[in-house]
Amino acid sequence: MFENVSRRQFVTGSAALALGLGLVGCGGNGGGESSGASGIKVGVMGPHTGDNSSYGLACLNGAQLYFKQLNADGGVNGKQIEAVVYDTKGDATEAVNAYNRLVQEDGVTGIVGSVLTGPTIAVAQASVADNMPCVTPSATAADVVTYGSNYFRACVTDPEQGRVMAHFASEQGYKNVATLYLSGSDYSEGVNAAFCEEAEALGITITTQQSYAEGDVDFKAQLTNIIATSPDAILVPNYYQDDGMIVNQARGQGYDKVFLGVDGWSGIYGGSENYADAANLHDCYYCCAFSSSNESETATKFVSDYEAEYGEAPTNFCALGYDAAMVLAAGLTAAEEAGLEAGTDEYKQAVIDGIAAGTVDGVTGSISYEGTGDPVKSSLIITFAEDGTEETFQVLEA
Amino acid sequence: MFITQVLNGLQLGSIYALVALGYTMVYGIILLLNFAHGDIIMVGAYVSWLVMAQLGLNPVLAVILSVAACTLMGVLIDKVAYAPLRNAPRLSILITAIGVSYFLENGAQLVFGADAKVVPAYTDLQTIQVGGLALSFPSVLTVIVTIVATVALTLVVQKTKLGKAMRAVSEDMGAARLMGINVNSTISFTFAVGSALAGIGAVLYAMAYTQASPTMGMMLGTKAFVAAVLGGIGSIPGAVVGGLLVGFAEVVVTALGLSVWKDAVVFLLLIIVLVVRPTGIFGRTMNEKV
Repeated sequence: MFENVSRRQFVTGSAALALGLGLVGCGGNGGGESSGASGIKVGVMGPHTGDNSSYGLACLNGAQLYFKQLNADGGVNGKQIEAVVYDTKGDATEAVNAYNRLVQEDGVTGIVGSVLTGPTIAVAQASVADNMPCVTPSATAADVVTYGSNYFRACVTDPEQGRVMAHFASEQGYKNVATLYLSGSDYSEGVNAAFCEEAEALGITITTQQSYAEGDVDFKAQLTNIIATSPDAILVPNYYQDDGMIVNQARGQGYDKVFLGVDGWSGIYGGSENYADAANLHDCYYCCAFSSSNESETATKFVSDYEAEYGEAPTNFCALGYDAAMVLAAGLTAAEEAGLEAGTDEYKQAVIDGIAAGTVDGVTGSISYEGTGDPVKSSLIITFAEDGTEETFQVLEA
Repeated sequence: MFITQVLNGLQLGSIYALVALGYTMVYGIILLLNFAHGDIIMVGAYVSWLVMAQLGLNPVLAVILSVAACTLMGVLIDKVAYAPLRNAPRLSILITAIGVSYFLENGAQLVFGADAKVVPAYTDLQTIQVGGLALSFPSVLTVIVTIVATVALTLVVQKTKLGKAMRAVSEDMGAARLMGINVNSTISFTFAVGSALAGIGAVLYAMAYTQASPTMGMMLGTKAFVAAVLGGIGSIPGAVVGGLLVGFAEVVVTALGLSVWKDAVVFLLLIIVLVVRPTGIFGRTMNEKV
């Protein structure tokens, strides 16, 4: 979802903050030392200040909640997890600096991060030589997990979301589907291309693929073209502001059938603003990793725990941060149980093998890795009630 | 499909035409390109949002207050920013207009924040059925309102005493003053009418696109400016024809699947018209400058 996020650097007092956090991280363990008998050090990094800090802080909160709960339950192999937190400010150079400090000065045994695609790719490239086990909660670009076997992600990729929706469309029996995507956006175009390819392989006819430019507010010409092909469903793989206008305008033109979306739809109704009218959101379905409307046991427990800890409802990113921490902890458990010494090459490899071989029951669904860093996991299909509130329509198993 | 696309073009063109009318009237009377004109629409959309989403009042009241706020804003901008520069070089007043535009955009960002606000629906009626064809209600309403507004404006300019004063000031400000016409109040009246049209445009825009953002007037204003120049700036029919031309050009390009080239085509159209006919389509032949 975040390939498109800008990586502008914002340096407002964040250097001081990063330094402060670094010192806190070092404090516990006499500096430099890798995990002793008392604890296991892991790194958590992401943009905690600047433009995209909301994503970074959400992932950080989720990860820290998991580590806190894990420690309360006795930690890993009787050892407490100690999280060392660094701010990347959403910048690739800062992220690599943070990575180097985590590995060389703090001696971490695994990392949760980074959050945005650009910095995560830089960290992924740097981490191959160290074979450092890393789990990114949210970087969706295909590249991230391709540099070495040490990088994993907790989220699914953009193309994967497109394929998920293609399978959903096929299951629902839609024969003709049109698409309307944002030209020039890696996210929107990536989802659109994967959807069309998979849908056609499943026997669905793509009636037309329409595009629009950044900043457009009038989609009626494209929608007229689309409606003229009388599709059963329209795929709109964009962010919620655009999605809301598209849905409203299409309903105004008399289109009363199905809309399909991906995780950019999250926030279209009931967030800061209602970008589409509740009456227009009938027959809209989008896939995402997590929704507080999911009534599974793990998800509801996570929502109540998160609210108790931070006083607000968790977002998609909080859940992904929580699950990324869980995936890393599963790998650490495997290495600890093998009785290996932290910091050695065997230990790191054991963590990686542990992640690759294991399955964790995360709050965004069950996560396993079948030989790649991309997770095999379930997706939620979200729809809307008559009053516009989100409902979990179904859980698509991987 | 063809009829729907024609309506799409008409609707888009009508909004451009309403905004272009304001540009053309102000230019006609004091030779000023009022770059703040697009941002007046933004003010109108935010007033609608305030009245309906924040205060929960009646949509009719929202329409009235939006148009009133835009009218007041236009007159106020003239009195505060442009009137003191009446005898200054034209470049000074042009730069002031750009300054006012930035002031309004950044002011809105300061007050309302950078995120788009959703203007609630004025009416539940979204679609009307005409002979088995589903037409978007905001589109139909926009076209009708624009026709009515243009006719009314033409009548005001041609048939009323104030209209006569406007034409006189436009012809020769000094001579008009010597003839006993109150130039300042005539100019204020022109700003009021132009801004009221922008207010109507704001309501129609918010009805169709449902979002208000601080920079929404920027591109809209630029396109309407292109429309006014295309049609021949200073000419009322020119503004309407120019607006429709720009709207249709955008819809045709988009309908052909080239939506990314939409803006490029509009500006290319402007370049071609300026090269072939620098005064615009109605620039010289029509002498009924406002």
